[in-house]
Amino acid sequence: MTKIVVVTSGKGGVGKTTTSAALATGLALRGFKTTVIDFDVGLRNLDLIMGCERRVVYDLVNVISGDANIKQALIKDKKVDNLFILPASQTRDKDALTTEGVEGVLNALRDDMKMDYIICDSPAGIEKGALMAAYFADEAVVVTNPEVSSVRDSDRIIGILASKTRHAEQGDGDIPARLLLTRYSPERVENGQMLSVEDVQEILAIELLGVIPESQAVLNASNAGSPVILDIDSDAGQAYSDAVARFLGDQLPHRFVNVNKKGLFGRLFGG
Amino acid sequence: MSIFSYLLPKKQTSASVAKERLQIIVARERSTRGGPDYLPQLQQELLMVVRKYVPVGEDAVNVQVDRDSGCEILELNITLPEEEAQQQY
Repeated sequence: MTKIVVVTSGKGGVGKTTTSAALATGLALRGFKTTVIDFDVGLRNLDLIMGCERRVVYDLVNVISGDANIKQALIKDKKVDNLFILPASQTRDKDALTTEGVEGVLNALRDDMKMDYIICDSPAGIEKGALMAAYFADEAVVVTNPEVSSVRDSDRIIGILASKTRHAEQGDGDIPARLLLTRYSPERVENGQMLSVEDVQEILAIELLGVIPESQAVLNASNAGSPVILDIDSDAGQAYSDAVARFLGDQLPHRFVNVNKKGLFGRLFGG
Repeated sequence: MSIFSYLLPKKQTSASVAKERLQIIVARERSTRGGPDYLPQLQQELLMVVRKYVPVGEDAVNVQVDRDSGCEILELNITLPEEEAQQQY
């Protein structure tokens, strides 16, 4: 069965695209046939993070409008098997994304391309693009920075996810939404300069999928156009690998949340 | 001097200030979540009407929609000031 996952946050610049790229790559590495779709119409960037910007011919809006079929538009990743990218278009037409159009693309990915996972990289904000990215989702990953405006916006988005998805409208209840805390700095948390994982979790009250430490590896990865999860020696890459494992149901302790090498969670819960 | 500073409560960190502010604003925004779009304006206009007669603060009027077994209830809560303040008015 195909699972549709939206990666969202409300606020911009917190790591949605980085996370979408890492999550999709991680799932593909584990053998799941995965497509990652950029919903940020007009501000395409996932192609750069995935390192396929020079291979873009057709895009999401081309498929919706019938100028290209899904097979023509999908870009097959060169580094990882089972991984495909559907870029956003650079059109400025806000109405290019329609509910029927997006549904058609998702159906084609499910029925014709036999995808296991479809990752929808949401744009920032709560406009059409963000609503479309979330509407058909079966599950959500809420990306948040330990910072007031990001946490507040995430709470808004969690509220929207609870009412504005197809599952919610059909009365199936809320879709599962999990928190991914990014740009985390244990040193600053310890000095009382940054909200802790526990603080953010207490406020947002959703399950924790992972904590990604603030890391030079993320910028290195985007500079190179290679998802950070492929940088297996880096802290951020390992944290994303853990998050993907948890996403698939594994129980793993959270690493990189404490200043000490041995994590606080490890010591508290007998790791 | 140092013994006094030791006894005094620790200065609040910026993270704990952030947490407190967030808890308050998030709780407030959640209370209006999912309600009809006209609620904030209704609240403002009600406040203006009440103020024609009684001096009340910004937070005096509270509007909320509750759903109870298929029935929607619009709940208005108006907090009036103390007697003395009213007489002065």
